[in-house]
Amino acid sequence: MDEITSVFVQESREQLAEMEAGLLRLEQNPDDRDNINAIFRAAHTIKGGSGVVECHFIEAFTHHVENLLDKLRTGDLAVSGEIATLLLECCDQMLSLLEVLAAGVDAPDAELTARGESLSERLKTFLAADGKAANTLPLASDDPAVEVESSGGGIVLNDSWHISVRFGENVLRGGMDPLSFIRYLATLGEILDLETITDAMPAAAAMDPESCYIGFEIQLQTRSSKADIEQVFDFVRDECELRILAPNSKLADYIKHIQELPEDEMRIGEILVRSGALTQAELESGLKDQRQSSPEPLPDEEEAPPSQPLGEILIDNKVVHQEVVNAAISKQAQVSDKKTKEARLVRVQADKLDQLIDLVGELVIAGASANLLAQKSRQTDLIEATSVLSRLVEDIRDSALQLRMVQIGETFNRFNRVVRDVAKELGKEIELFISGAETELDKTVVEKIGDPLMHLVRNSLDHGIEPAALRLERGKPACGRVALNAYHDSGNIVIEISDDGGGLNKAKITAKAIERGLIQPDATLTEHDINNLIFEAGFSTADKVSNLSGRGVGMDVVRRNIQALRGTVDVRSVEGEGSTFTIRLPLTLAIIDGFLVGVDKAAYVIPLDTVVECIEVGAQASDRNFLNLRGEALPFIRLRELFEVPGAPPPRESIVVVQFAGQRAGIVVDQLMGEFQTVIKPLGVMFRHLRGIGGSTILGSGEVALILDVAALVHTVTRSEQQQLLTDRGHPAAVTH
Amino acid sequence: MGQIVQTGPARTGAVVAAASAAPAQYLTFTLGGEMFGVGILNVKEIIEFGNLTEIPMMPAFIRGVINLRGAVVPVIDLTARFGGKSTEVGRRTCIVIIEVPDEEARHDIGIIVDAVSEVLEIAGSEIEPPPSFGARIRADFIQGMGKVAGKFVILLEINKVLSVEEIALLTGSEMTAEATAQASGG
Repeated sequence: MDEITSVFVQESREQLAEMEAGLLRLEQNPDDRDNINAIFRAAHTIKGGSGVVECHFIEAFTHHVENLLDKLRTGDLAVSGEIATLLLECCDQMLSLLEVLAAGVDAPDAELTARGESLSERLKTFLAADGKAANTLPLASDDPAVEVESSGGGIVLNDSWHISVRFGENVLRGGMDPLSFIRYLATLGEILDLETITDAMPAAAAMDPESCYIGFEIQLQTRSSKADIEQVFDFVRDECELRILAPNSKLADYIKHIQELPEDEMRIGEILVRSGALTQAELESGLKDQRQSSPEPLPDEEEAPPSQPLGEILIDNKVVHQEVVNAAISKQAQVSDKKTKEARLVRVQADKLDQLIDLVGELVIAGASANLLAQKSRQTDLIEATSVLSRLVEDIRDSALQLRMVQIGETFNRFNRVVRDVAKELGKEIELFISGAETELDKTVVEKIGDPLMHLVRNSLDHGIEPAALRLERGKPACGRVALNAYHDSGNIVIEISDDGGGLNKAKITAKAIERGLIQPDATLTEHDINNLIFEAGFSTADKVSNLSGRGVGMDVVRRNIQALRGTVDVRSVEGEGSTFTIRLPLTLAIIDGFLVGVDKAAYVIPLDTVVECIEVGAQASDRNFLNLRGEALPFIRLRELFEVPGAPPPRESIVVVQFAGQRAGIVVDQLMGEFQTVIKPLGVMFRHLRGIGGSTILGSGEVALILDVAALVHTVTRSEQQQLLTDRGHPAAVTH
Repeated sequence: MGQIVQTGPARTGAVVAAASAAPAQYLTFTLGGEMFGVGILNVKEIIEFGNLTEIPMMPAFIRGVINLRGAVVPVIDLTARFGGKSTEVGRRTCIVIIEVPDEEARHDIGIIVDAVSEVLEIAGSEIEPPPSFGARIRADFIQGMGKVAGKFVILLEINKVLSVEEIALLTGSEMTAEATAQASGG
């Protein structure tokens, strides 16, 4: 895929996201003209871009969509739910087509083509029906009846087309010659007036001779239609700004035109002349008046500040209307505002950022090693210098990680569409509430959290929210409520998905769990434990398997995905009132606060957030692996045994007490080596089956230390021990506690 | 690289033949007294043995990981991989870092060798197909038998020997076996 195409694909995805958001707003607010215009612009930009990259299947399909949007924009067609649904489907289709282009395939497959054709047909039926369903909403302007009054001595050229074009910088690079467009334009009719706009031209030193900086204001007398004129500029549609005013345009159009002109700090008079609102002759007579009113005659109006604003003189002469002048003045003020806003964002390739983070990670490791050497050398100056250095390195690391932080809002907003579609499919009325959209988290986490979130939201929609009739019966509003919330909590991000539906049915879950052999029939479980059984593999309590969820693959996959991100998921539920799923994730996947422990010669890192306390073990009388910790039976794992480390343990061993998911366990190690903050290095695909080890990290000495995955470690040991006991007794069912 | 070395017109035939099958230059090394070779294009670097971190609950042929300038690289014991005993670490023991192409990415994997010998040029005509049995190494691990000074050098099919996919599977099954063994022990 060449560069232009990849830029097109990327930008079009953004345009489509905007278009979809706009369409969703449209349903709620069908009369929002700005919104309709924005949707139209998005579709139009995609169409223009697809023409440039010569992707005709996108161009052709988008053309139909654009036609319908145009009807909505002009008010020939009223917005209805049906149209919005159709347009949303078209949005999806455009996205699919875009993916085809991105995949580098020449043409979409038969299925996609057929879908496109059926959508086009439906679009056409709406287009054909617009005569009957005409709901004309004329574009309101301040005072459309007012026409520009022409003063003597000049002819206002508004009986011709006014074309305003600004060529983009890349036009020359693209092999286009602006002059050829003017020549081609001349074949359509007669060019009455042509003004070259060079305001965008930078100073000679800053100018790039390969860039195009010019624009034209053209008066064209022709019998051709607007579409014909637009077609002249088809090759550069994407690159240039084109505005066309029809002959005898209303004053309001001129005001709008002035507001849209891209030039900044332009003198009012020039704007007006260029807009065709008044002629050079009118401007000159206005300027003459201005000179006469000043005490001394001025040789050039640009060299001295005018004593009376030019605009006012023109109004005095009744040459132009007050509105036109006001619009031009406000335009001057806006230009500087806009400039500062545009400068705030920089688009950076993600892999460049990743590379930076990698380098910073190595810097942290190298810094730690320099620190270690400095400590050994016992030179105070050196120790001081390295400690300053490591503080700076830590700051750099924090800022670098900050660069990758993105707001979760974008991910959340995608669910507006999901909720809408699913609710329609299920025949339920459901509203989505989003809060905490500005909460930031690492981009890699955002990318990976999308699927689990989707599962949970769909689950809430499908199983959580009851049908409207049942809701009314239970005394709830017919419209269900699903909420997404995010917030930061001590180095973690918490995402909540809550609904006000029926909640989890504990009796049903228990029955199912017994049926599937997940728990023993006489086991006593807390409410919390029962609820969390839904995350076990092969668990689904839905009576009927629906299209959306209920295949029993969802929840355990959700939990596994989240655990892979070093996160946890939990559910709280009140029967009849709703449930809340809480996902806890670390803010970043790259750095970990760890607790360094040693077994024999090897070092291991235990994630610090799981460590509760450390205790020393005395001589163990029994060989059972649990001890009395303040009256509580604490099971522990001997790393030495588990990892089959040869040799005898030292006389003094320590136990690190860890806590996770409400469970406590001890880990017996040879020595404690203190806290340690470090960069996580994944162990690679070769070790993907390795349970109990979450990754690795490089110590200051250059050695590799392994990071323990406490939850998996305990899980593995528990399971293997249980299996062992079951096989020993011979009858699995006979085991009761 | 192969083209630069083999400029003689008489050898062009061999280059064409070898180019389709394998590179013509091999790094040879000894392992348990036997001579082995790997295509030079796969070799990234040779480093001294040391600073190895063992990974628990892994099959014996995975000796551990090393820190290679900030990257964590697994180290494989070839003798153990071929079904023999673990390699004893000696004075000349080295780790050869090999780049293994995978579907999406390239992986760096280290192999332990007793001693690195030299880079040899072996013409395609000097390479015999592997024997169907008797080598005591899985046939698909052997790319061919190079004849050097009347002796055979076992040229390894590195993509098979160091297949990330296969090793991952083996470690997976080892995990399960290990866990069960652990439970019965304790």
